[in-house]
Amino acid sequence: MTTNDLVPAVEVDDLAVSYGAVVALDGLRLTVRQGTVFGLLGPNGAGKTTLIKVLSTLLRPGGGQARVLGADVGRDPLAVRLAIGLAGQFAAVDQELTGRENLEMVGRLYRLPAAEARRRAAEILERFDLTDAANRRVSTYSGGMKRRLDLAASLTGRPPVLLLDEPTTGLDPRSRQELWTMIDELRNAGTTVLLTTQYLEEADRLAQDIAVIDHGKVIAEGTPAELKASAGTDVLRVRLTDPAHLATAEAVLADLAATGTEVRADRPTAELTLRVSRPDASAEAIRRLDGKGLGVSVIQLTQPSLDDVFLALTGRTTTDSDTDSKQEAAA
Amino acid sequence: MTTSTAPAEPTTRVGIVARGGRQRLSFGAVLRDSQVMAVRQLRKTLRRPVYIVFAFIQPVIFVLLFRYIFGGAIDTGGVSYVNFLLPGIIVQTAVFGALITGIGLTEDLAAGVVDRLRSLPMSRAAVLFGRTAADLVMNVLTLVVMVAVGLAVGFRPSEPAWQLLMAFLLVLAFSYVFSWISAWVGLSVRNPETAQSAGFIWVFPLTFASSAFVPPDTMPSAVRAFAELNPMTLAVDAVRGLTIGSPSPTTPALQTLAWLAGLLLIFVPLAVRAFRRA
Repeated sequence: MTTNDLVPAVEVDDLAVSYGAVVALDGLRLTVRQGTVFGLLGPNGAGKTTLIKVLSTLLRPGGGQARVLGADVGRDPLAVRLAIGLAGQFAAVDQELTGRENLEMVGRLYRLPAAEARRRAAEILERFDLTDAANRRVSTYSGGMKRRLDLAASLTGRPPVLLLDEPTTGLDPRSRQELWTMIDELRNAGTTVLLTTQYLEEADRLAQDIAVIDHGKVIAEGTPAELKASAGTDVLRVRLTDPAHLATAEAVLADLAATGTEVRADRPTAELTLRVSRPDASAEAIRRLDGKGLGVSVIQLTQPSLDDVFLALTGRTTTDSDTDSKQEAAA
Repeated sequence: MTTSTAPAEPTTRVGIVARGGRQRLSFGAVLRDSQVMAVRQLRKTLRRPVYIVFAFIQPVIFVLLFRYIFGGAIDTGGVSYVNFLLPGIIVQTAVFGALITGIGLTEDLAAGVVDRLRSLPMSRAAVLFGRTAADLVMNVLTLVVMVAVGLAVGFRPSEPAWQLLMAFLLVLAFSYVFSWISAWVGLSVRNPETAQSAGFIWVFPLTFASSAFVPPDTMPSAVRAFAELNPMTLAVDAVRGLTIGSPSPTTPALQTLAWLAGLLLIFVPLAVRAFRRA
């Protein structure tokens, strides 16, 4: 596979999909490098699920091209299916079968020999901490376990490219953390991951590259830092234990303001609000206050959300485009 | 990225052939996938005991209903009604049993399982071949129950064992072909409830406007014309001939097989196409 190193894991060019009169993808263009996690960020109805459906050969595009490791989704769908694993917002596993049966079945359908499918199922159950539940029917699993099994199923064929459609939607915080860790591990093992999400925080945590899409088009691309910068800034709120120190604090932070950080002091609450322009400025501000022995009772750091990015990019909030999400869901 | 991003260990794949510069599935792969899907379906069905009970109870109720309630009012000429009824109700049960194919497929669609299957490097047709094969196995069980109930309420076949076996196989072939029609209906309407209603819309006229429960010569001429062309009538007549010796089974049996071959040729491609698009 060394010759494949230069081929993008996913390459989408001028992709168009319509459901009747509703345009879901409108000249979408993006490239996912091998071995990276790519975050596709957008509100409901932006076209995220539609793209996943095209890349997993479930939906034929109306125009443009989509390739997975060089294989065209329309011309060579089998090669694409051999290269991908798909896990979605729902647990697409059979309730009446056991966890092991589900994975062995998917393994065989990934064209593994029966013995290897069995070995692989056992290995992956172990890795996903499902060995104890392996011989129980999935209908007895908790929601988090079902989703874990669903992700496990998408990995039974050792796909080099993993497509995850809003993988953490509906997960409790602990399961979400576990899933994030798993995605990190997969990337470390060389798997390329394309994931869709509505949360900037999630894309920031996992992805090396992010594209923001809206109405089926990429409206911004870059690293998480670049995108957050485009959305304005982190906001750091600090409350001093002693209101009398407010002026000192302001003086200590004064030269940060020179590098673009905006510092505002509020006397009655003894609070400093910093609109931080550089990623390292928050830590620097805290260090300085601490260095002067100025007691701090509350520190709150607010990062820009998808809404902030979206507002900065489009002048609209994400909820403005919610009307067409129902149409996408219905299609 | 300078490091290789291929999966850590090399993976053996079976059933893939290269043809015309593209990868294709071998015929063996289609068979193997069909078997995997059939085993899956049988496990699923057999683990829903409530469903199995209803699958058996409904035809039994039909037997009791016609044998003891309507039967007394139906004149079947020289043949006793229970002997007339059983071949009819056995074929009807085979058609009803086929409805589950379409309903089950819409349930898989709704659960997202079909999306997963369609994203795998497997034969898409195998999902349908496996499903219909598993439903055929269930219909063998139903048929055994029907015959047992029939014998208990007085059904007495008069023909030799090999003819009874032929009748059995004809009913199963009938059920198998109707599974494909049902699959096509289900994959076209794509919703379990609609599939259920849609199923009964085509199955009721088919089973009742036939010779299954009453002789067609009592029907108005238009209905009778339909009943006489109806593959259901042909199959029921063939099964009657093969089990109770009247009418002569050869012609209706051959006509039934011709119908089944034609229906299979039409509905297998239609169902597979509907699955690809579903």
